[in-house]
Amino acid sequence: MMDKFTTLNSIAAPMRRLNIDTDIIIPSREMKRVSKKGLSEGLFAGWRYTTPGGREENPDFILNQAPYRDSQILLAGGNFGCGSSREHAVWALHEWGIRCIIAPSFGAIFQGNCVRNGILPVVLDDDIVQSMADHVTVNPAHNRIRVDLDSCTVTAPDGETYGFEIAAGDRRMLLEGLDAIAVTLQRDDEILEFQARDRLRRPWVYL
Amino acid sequence: MARNIIEKIWDEHKVADLDDGSTLLYIDRVFLHERTGSIALKGLEASGRQVRNPEQVFCAMDHIVDTFPGRTDETVMPGGKAFITTTREAAHAAGITLFDLGDERQGIVHVVSPEQGIAYPGVTLVCPDSHTCTQGAVGALAWGIGSTEAEHAMATKTLVVRKPKTMRISFDGQLPPGVTAKDMILHLIGVHTAAGGVGYAIEFAGEAVRNLPMEARFTLCNMAVEFGAWTGLIAPDPNTFDYVRGRPYAPDEAHWEVARENWQSLVSDPGAVFDKEIRIDVADIVPQVTWGTSPQHTVGIDGQVPDPAMETDLNRRQLMQNALAYMELEPGMPMEGIPIEAAFIGSCTNSRLSDLRNAAAILKGRTVAAGVKAIVVPGSGLVKKAAEAEGLDKIFTAAGFEWRESGCSMCFFAGGENFGLETRVISSTNRNFENRQGPRTRTHIASPTTVAASAVAGELTDVRKLAAQ
Repeated sequence: MMDKFTTLNSIAAPMRRLNIDTDIIIPSREMKRVSKKGLSEGLFAGWRYTTPGGREENPDFILNQAPYRDSQILLAGGNFGCGSSREHAVWALHEWGIRCIIAPSFGAIFQGNCVRNGILPVVLDDDIVQSMADHVTVNPAHNRIRVDLDSCTVTAPDGETYGFEIAAGDRRMLLEGLDAIAVTLQRDDEILEFQARDRLRRPWVYL
Repeated sequence: MARNIIEKIWDEHKVADLDDGSTLLYIDRVFLHERTGSIALKGLEASGRQVRNPEQVFCAMDHIVDTFPGRTDETVMPGGKAFITTTREAAHAAGITLFDLGDERQGIVHVVSPEQGIAYPGVTLVCPDSHTCTQGAVGALAWGIGSTEAEHAMATKTLVVRKPKTMRISFDGQLPPGVTAKDMILHLIGVHTAAGGVGYAIEFAGEAVRNLPMEARFTLCNMAVEFGAWTGLIAPDPNTFDYVRGRPYAPDEAHWEVARENWQSLVSDPGAVFDKEIRIDVADIVPQVTWGTSPQHTVGIDGQVPDPAMETDLNRRQLMQNALAYMELEPGMPMEGIPIEAAFIGSCTNSRLSDLRNAAAILKGRTVAAGVKAIVVPGSGLVKKAAEAEGLDKIFTAAGFEWRESGCSMCFFAGGENFGLETRVISSTNRNFENRQGPRTRTHIASPTTVAASAVAGELTDVRKLAAQ
């Protein structure tokens, strides 16, 4: 069962580079087993460690620095999570502790993967994300960000509150930690009826 | 009401409108590979659910398998064997069709699927792989998903999808000599950025697209995801029908005429509306090569490394500066003449027979420059066999290229084979991301002919000069 997401009040790490791809979030060489677990060590491995494949921490990387080590929110740049479909990127982020990513836009597959694994992807304008990043940087431990999925709002460190949009189905799935397959199978009759009709209409599709 | 092709395929697969504006969409085909499909199959098994229509689910070994001649389940990638054996066991248990090692049909998912006639006009097809959009070239609605969604598609025959906005990109005019589909898509991404297609499904149209041979159409659609698009497709036409007919999983002759009649309606109606339209005159396109770490970092081979100082968008400027540092390049350097240490031809973008033919035409009677490691990897066992039948393998090996077994190979670095630390590679692949092809490897993406010409010269080269000789 997936983690539920309701509200979050957390330190946020600005990571504003454009087009951070899933190869950066978790390099392929860090996906060592047929498993969704044990991936957090490989999170951002190319930036987080000093040598390729090594484990010596790079002190310049933001998530290696206190208090950002305790971030549950990323303030990201546009097109975050573009590239490879690897769900490992989301599993690694989740295992490391990230629960919400705020960005001007997301890679489509990554965004879908987040929702299915208890991470809330929030889309806000680039200048809003930048302004929050600026506030956070002044005093990250104190200038926290609050996210409320009930009211679909993000409250910035300066008290400013921004509404965001999310599909009602995605919101419900996150709020209640639902199993998407079980939800869909409540419509199994409709699916089977569709298939029966479709088989007559497009018989060549049915191998 | 006039509808575009995306809306038509969408409507034909709509099981239900959901109350939040999403659609429960019927999925005709699921394709898996051993990297992400293994987890989907295991996940399904663990939840006690079954694949609903296993005859409509396929799997290929491509991501992890070695591409050396005489390969086995053992891999250079540490731990790779477990992905292969787990996938094989799970595929057999689920009763799905597996294109395994040792089967001449094995190869890269997005090469194998159309080659076997599994993707064809009007089907919905999903695969836990971002380059699934490649298969839109046959007029299918095909898109990449995560492993969890793949479980959903297999267990329910459906996915819950938000309807994307639609975009038509018209490539007008005649392609200049030496310019390929790869150059068209890189040019598009260079002008409109790697996020230019976010939220959209794209129809590629226009005279230059109509004139593209089928295999080049796959190259064009392949990088729709590099443009940020949800997917891309091309309306089927007589070229498409000829390509599909007679393939093993395509409609059989008994159903052929009725299927083709249905497919002929899969065009955007006159007056159909798209949320966005882009027009590009292909006469303006020159052979492209990337200079940075995003596919949007592309420039004509006759151009120069751009200067971040000229970029007014601060986020983009920062990205350019990061990229130049990673690539060890300076603003203003001519692209032509940048020395390379390795050359790679392959991947779901450019590993089909025509790609190999075009590269071989450049390489015939020439040799790879001293010190350049050059590798060519056919997209499938059948591509390899066809290439060997016409002697292409001999041209490649005589020129100094390694001739490999099919697979994704060094399109990405999974901990095994790679080009070496900080090596500069000219590559026919789709991603020049940091560390994508190896530790701090510096990847320049280009067409297979530009790769071949550059391999010969030992530096980034304008293929039009070699082709003219």
